[in-house]
This record gives sequence, structure tokens and C-alpha cells, in this order.
Amino acid sequence: MKKYTRITYTSRFVPDHVLTNQQLSTMMDTSDEWIRSRTGIKARHIVTKENTSDLCIKVAQQLLDKSGKVPEEIDFILVATITPDYGMPSVACQVQGAIHAENAFAFDLSAACSGFVYALSMADKLIQSGNYQTGLVIGGESLSKVLDWQDRATAVLFGDGAAGVMVEAGTTQQFLGEKLQSDGQRGQALTSSFLPNQSPFYDNDQTPQPYLQMIGRGIFDFAIKDVSKNILTLVDDASVDFLLLHQANVRIIDKIAKKTNIARHKFLTNMDRYGNTSAASIPLLLDEALEQKTLVLGTNQRVVLTGFGGGLTWGSILLSL
Amino acid sequence: MVFEKIQAIIVEELGKEPEEVQLTTNIQEELDADSLDLFQIINEIEDEFDVKIETEEGIQTVQDLVTYVEKQQA
Repeated sequence: MKKYTRITYTSRFVPDHVLTNQQLSTMMDTSDEWIRSRTGIKARHIVTKENTSDLCIKVAQQLLDKSGKVPEEIDFILVATITPDYGMPSVACQVQGAIHAENAFAFDLSAACSGFVYALSMADKLIQSGNYQTGLVIGGESLSKVLDWQDRATAVLFGDGAAGVMVEAGTTQQFLGEKLQSDGQRGQALTSSFLPNQSPFYDNDQTPQPYLQMIGRGIFDFAIKDVSKNILTLVDDASVDFLLLHQANVRIIDKIAKKTNIARHKFLTNMDRYGNTSAASIPLLLDEALEQKTLVLGTNQRVVLTGFGGGLTWGSILLSL
Repeated sequence: MVFEKIQAIIVEELGKEPEEVQLTTNIQEELDADSLDLFQIINEIEDEFDVKIETEEGIQTVQDLVTYVEKQQA
């Protein structure tokens, strides 16, 4: 029998510390009104002692608790992140070790703010292969460690957090279609964590650039034009109930709604409370929407998940919940 | 003709009255537009006139936009 992938449980974990716009305005030349009106963001959670793996481990443990499964039943763990604790081991392996998922293989996937959508797509293929029954797909970030806290243009936009899903093999189809895209030629529009080679043999005139940097107009054009086209390859207003887009800026979502001619109320948002959490943003929104019963598993609601970000990478998955 | 179309785009994007948008109007300073507003206005102009505005640098007034488009159309 054909194996279909199904999302069966979702979970989220954000650090306790809430950083409000008001607090930011005491650190840099900005204001609550400015940030809110231009980005839709009011507050974000910021790690004070955790690293990315700690956030992701919490999510994995909660997924196990919700499902009632034992760790040995997990076949794979994928973590999408651009802010791993280490180059190695991967965050996914740290999660696997912490939850004792001894039968699982684990690796990280780097696709910036599209990371969760890419990872979910990979998980779908693993399940469809018939070789694996159960997996965890988590997006987690501590973006606060790659932000320049002197730069008001970027520091106010991002937050930390993690969220994820359990996927299992099932007999009914939930994943209806997808469209993943990349454009490395525009990669310099959005960068972070550049580490020059420090070897004594290296002819080195490069300067380290650990901080997240972006070229505003390039990224804005990309988000409005390319992402809108991508969504329209899967759905139009008549064929979709809800869209869960990467939570970068509420005005980007307003413009994409206009550009795609899809009713604005179908686009869910929660960046007001979390900021842009990169790979965590879509599962964070998915988990909240399920908790609030806006979305209900098993009701065949047609839902699009769309990520877009550094790489450049972008992509959408159409689900029938 | 170019001005009227650009004026309509700005009025639509920023929710202003047409009389507020004149050739000499400084888009960011007088119309309280920020960079994302300007990017979006440029996007709409690119689509409307089928031109490519490579950089937003140097674009301050409505006249700057009109000049840019007319140059590319010539």
C-alpha cells in the first residue's frame, strides 16, 4: 500500500525572556510606534541562557509526550537552523542524544527562513520511501547571537524560538503538492556568520562578518514577486483555506495577499509576539493555530506553508489537514 | 501621462490624496513613507511601465521617479 506522510502532532518552545519594543527603545534609537507600524512586531522572545539545541530538545520532548511514543520509535530527526550550537555535532544529533532516540538518524538542514518547509518536504520523501514510519521535523533558532545589537535596522526584527512536528506514515494523503526554489545568484542579499579562514597558510584579507545583514530592496522584491508566484503555482483564492507564511514582516504578508489576489484574512500571523524566528516561524504559527482551533487536523482544510529567506531559498507545501 | 500614473500608484500605496502628491513632493519626508513603501512604489512603477529601476538611491521626489521612467522609455 502506498505510504502517505501525515503531520500528527505539533509543538513549540520559546525562551521565557520577552523583549518588548519599549525595552529596545532604551537600547537604541527606535520606538515602539516605529517598530510596530513598520513591521507588525511588538515583542520577541530572546534566549538568556539556552542555545538552539536546548530549545529544539524541549520541542522534541513535548512531541514525544503528546504522542505517547517511546523515543525508540523515532526513525529520523531533521532540524532546520542557521544558528546551530556548533558546526558539529548538528543540533539534530544533540536532540537525538538528549531524547535517547537510539534508532533515529539525525541531521541539520540549512535553508534559512525556508528551512522548515524544505525539511518537511524531505521528511515527506523519507516517509513515502516506505523505509521510515515516524520522524521529527523541527525549526529552531537563536538568532539573537548573530544580530548586531547596535543596528536598529536589523536588531528589532528577529526573535528566538523553536517549533516542530511529528510526521508519521499513514494511509490518507495530507501532502498534496509542493514547489521548492533557490537562487544562489542573489545570495549576497541576505547573509550571516561569515568566518574567514584564519590558517597561517591562508592569504587572508577578509574580515569576519558574524552578523546578519540584508539588502532591503532586493529582499523585499524577492518576497513580493518570487514568493507570490511560487504560491500561485499551488493555489489561488478559491482553492486555499489558510496560508502560513514565514513571519518576516506583516507588510510583506499584506503585499503578498494583494499580489496573489488571495483574501488577506486567510494569511495567519503571529510575528507581533515573536518577531522573525527564521526556520521556527512556520511551525510556531502552525502549532498556535492548531491550539487555537483555527486549524484542525483531520478536517481537510487546505493549508499552504510558505518559507522564504537567505540563499536565496523559497518554497511552499500544500496540505490537506 | 507618466506623472498621472505615478501619482495614482503613490496615492494607492500610501493612502494619500492626489493633491498631496505633486512633482516636487519628497516621498519619504513629506509623505511619511519608509523604505518598504518606496520599494513597493518602485515595484508598482516597474510593472506599470515595464521598466527596471536598478537602485532606489537618488530617488527623493516624485519628479525623480518621473524622470527615471521617461529616460528608460525614450
